[in-house]
Amino acid sequence: MSYAATHDQHDDHHGAPKSFFQRWCMSTNHKDIGTLYLIFALTMFFIGGSFAMGIRAELFKPGLQLMQPYFFNELTTMHALVMIFGAIMPAFVGLGNWMIPLMVGAPDMALPRMNNLSFWILPFAFILMLSTLFLPGGGPAGGWTMYPPLSLQSNSLAYVVFAIHLMGISSIMGAINIIATILNMRAPGMDLMKMPVFVWSWLITAFLLIAVMPALAGAVTMLLTDKYFGTNFFNPGGGGDPVLYQHIFWFFGHPEVYIMILPAFGIISEIVPTFARKPIFGYKAMVFAIACIAFLSFIVWAHHMFAVGLPLGAEIFFMYATMLISVPTGVKVFNWVATMWGGSMTFETPMLFSIAFIILFTIGGFSGLMMALVPADFQYHDTYFIVAHFHYVLVTGALFAIIAAAYYWMPKWTGNMYSEFWGKVHFWCSVVFVNVLFFPQHFLGLAGMPRRIPDYNVAFANFNMISSIGGFLFGASQLIFVGVLIHAVWGSKKKATDRVWEGAKGLEWTVPSPAPFHTFEVPPVIHDDELAHGHADQ
Amino acid sequence: MTSGSIRHHGIRRAFTTLTIGALALFGGAAQANPHSWQLNLTRGASTWSPVPYHLNNISLAVCTVIGLLVFGAMFVAMFRFRKSRGAVAEKWSHNTMVEVVWTTIPVLILITLAWLATTGVSSWADTTGSQMTVKVTGYQWKWRYDYVDYLGKPVAKVGFMSKLDQQSDDTRQLDSGMDPYAVKVGDENTYLLNVDKPLVVPVDTKIRFVITSGDVIHSWWVPATGWKIDAIPGIVNSAWANFTTPGTYRGQCAELCGQDHGFMPIVVVVKSKADFASWLAAQEAASGAPAAAPQTAQVAAPAPVPAGGQG
Repeated sequence: MSYAATHDQHDDHHGAPKSFFQRWCMSTNHKDIGTLYLIFALTMFFIGGSFAMGIRAELFKPGLQLMQPYFFNELTTMHALVMIFGAIMPAFVGLGNWMIPLMVGAPDMALPRMNNLSFWILPFAFILMLSTLFLPGGGPAGGWTMYPPLSLQSNSLAYVVFAIHLMGISSIMGAINIIATILNMRAPGMDLMKMPVFVWSWLITAFLLIAVMPALAGAVTMLLTDKYFGTNFFNPGGGGDPVLYQHIFWFFGHPEVYIMILPAFGIISEIVPTFARKPIFGYKAMVFAIACIAFLSFIVWAHHMFAVGLPLGAEIFFMYATMLISVPTGVKVFNWVATMWGGSMTFETPMLFSIAFIILFTIGGFSGLMMALVPADFQYHDTYFIVAHFHYVLVTGALFAIIAAAYYWMPKWTGNMYSEFWGKVHFWCSVVFVNVLFFPQHFLGLAGMPRRIPDYNVAFANFNMISSIGGFLFGASQLIFVGVLIHAVWGSKKKATDRVWEGAKGLEWTVPSPAPFHTFEVPPVIHDDELAHGHADQ
Repeated sequence: MTSGSIRHHGIRRAFTTLTIGALALFGGAAQANPHSWQLNLTRGASTWSPVPYHLNNISLAVCTVIGLLVFGAMFVAMFRFRKSRGAVAEKWSHNTMVEVVWTTIPVLILITLAWLATTGVSSWADTTGSQMTVKVTGYQWKWRYDYVDYLGKPVAKVGFMSKLDQQSDDTRQLDSGMDPYAVKVGDENTYLLNVDKPLVVPVDTKIRFVITSGDVIHSWWVPATGWKIDAIPGIVNSAWANFTTPGTYRGQCAELCGQDHGFMPIVVVVKSKADFASWLAAQEAASGAPAAAPQTAQVAAPAPVPAGGQG
């Protein structure tokens, strides 16, 4: 049995190692590694956020005031790479690490040493990537999508490719670990169709990761050999095709989008029932919708490429496939609303973030549906309309879900209640300013402002200034979050109960708060009533 | 369930909001170039450009209605089913009929949108029957235009580079101390949206653009045409536009192409057929000079024939 093996490595398996190095650098404990992931993600969130502040500062008014265009391009590129691979993905892995074993009644992740490795690769990958900003050749500036031939002009390509290889290895190991844990380590009685939706969403996401990270690794390796080893995969002068790269990249890139949102769906599906005090509406439909979205994500990649000159048949196929995704996504949104209907709702900070998620993610989904329509996309493509769209799904979508999850599970992690007042202040600042930041960008895109430009015509000045002001305030609001976290860990006097939330269901709430270093060393006896979805006929 | 009545209210509210919203959004849509506080797409100035404009408006309206219904239901739920108002949670978590309905209705809406979009993209893809061909080549960071044929006759050696105008270029330098608001042509601010030599084309003529690149990927985008298409090295893309109104239409490169990606605008001047014919004749006459720009060899353009009869 795999958990028996985990036992053997701990001389003292009731407490954490005393030495800092032993505890954090050599950790095989899913909770500590989860914490490391979350701290890493938060750090990267602020680094990526500072790049965004630079971008918004330069775009505050027309004319170049602060930086040369090349540096602006480095900022947009690095902002995306850091936020996607450094903040959002590791945050979800951290949440998965912490919560999946607790939610399925497992003592730890299935492969604890690999878990350590998959985390500790990340800081090195990002040091490597961020170091390019200080090197004479400059950082990558060809966009996070790294389209050749432009990306081949970059002097830091090798650094970025190697960093992406490391991140890919880390992600794949993390995904294998999560699949192994979910499929092998569930407590007896935790049937697949009784698992929390968050666990389901991570199971499906992990398969997506394993399927597509190698495609990204392949694409960037081809860039590397094109630049340094004389191959011509993407060089038309040697018989190659730059569009080939885009096909491979987006075969990774579109499932990647769902890698960043499916766990968010899972989180929202945990939080809404808790604070509505009512089981989630249509559990099976929710699980099926996630699986459905994951499947469709493999056959829609070319909707990122409507303007590259695809054949008419391909444009139409990818348009239809993309539009289809709105059906399962719509089902999820309807089900969340139906979960609230007839409930007994309270509005603590996690619930507030979840409600904002549902509304604002849906707005991002609407603009997604609009840009699925090929003729309309000919106008939207590569404009600020797209920028607005993906920030609605990634900031008010993925990020809001992560923040909601942090508030939701923080009492379980720390044993203390966070300050509800400051949590709400953080929420209201975030939700107002994020809309000031991103909503005007829809108008900019529709009016014709291309993305990734450091300067613009004065016709775009008004909305850019509003957007920048929203950006600075949204950025500043996140400092409140840090304050709430620090207070909850070290300052809070209010102890959390085991159940924490009145309506909370599931195994993670049956262990003490804070969760002890080792939990479920003996598989728990599962009573279906304790589970959120204990009755398979739901 | 009480959601039925909520739906009706939602629809009425949606219509009122839509009418007010529509006035605010679509009032100024006739202008083809960007203007301050512009909220919506341009209707454009070509025969095809209303297609994306209408699709955008229709899909936005559909999304607004759905949004009002869903968010409306959510806000009603948040108000009615609060614990602080003494709401007691119900136990149900399933309703097959409702689930079937809210899966089917979106499918029907999608089929309608898909039909409209398919018709639109099919007409866009049909470049047959064009009366003129212009070859567009993207370079870091300027455009080149070569006139290939007009009204069935090859055009002799008319081609030129088109790059950011001098005034914008001076103003846009870091710490230039110059005011972007002062860059004007007539009353129109043309900062970063003007070029030294615009593309000149005739009105009411189906023009086929063949588009490629000499270095990295660019994207040729004039919102007034209703489309953009990538300029990719080694590939020749084609698209068409038939301008309905003479005028000056401005656009920009829409694919990140390096440090000066933001500084390679596109300007298309649409002239009446007579004005265009005399402009073209003058260009052809001028290109007789030995310093003619070299013909790039990406498109197998017909060998330049001395075109005595044109003009």
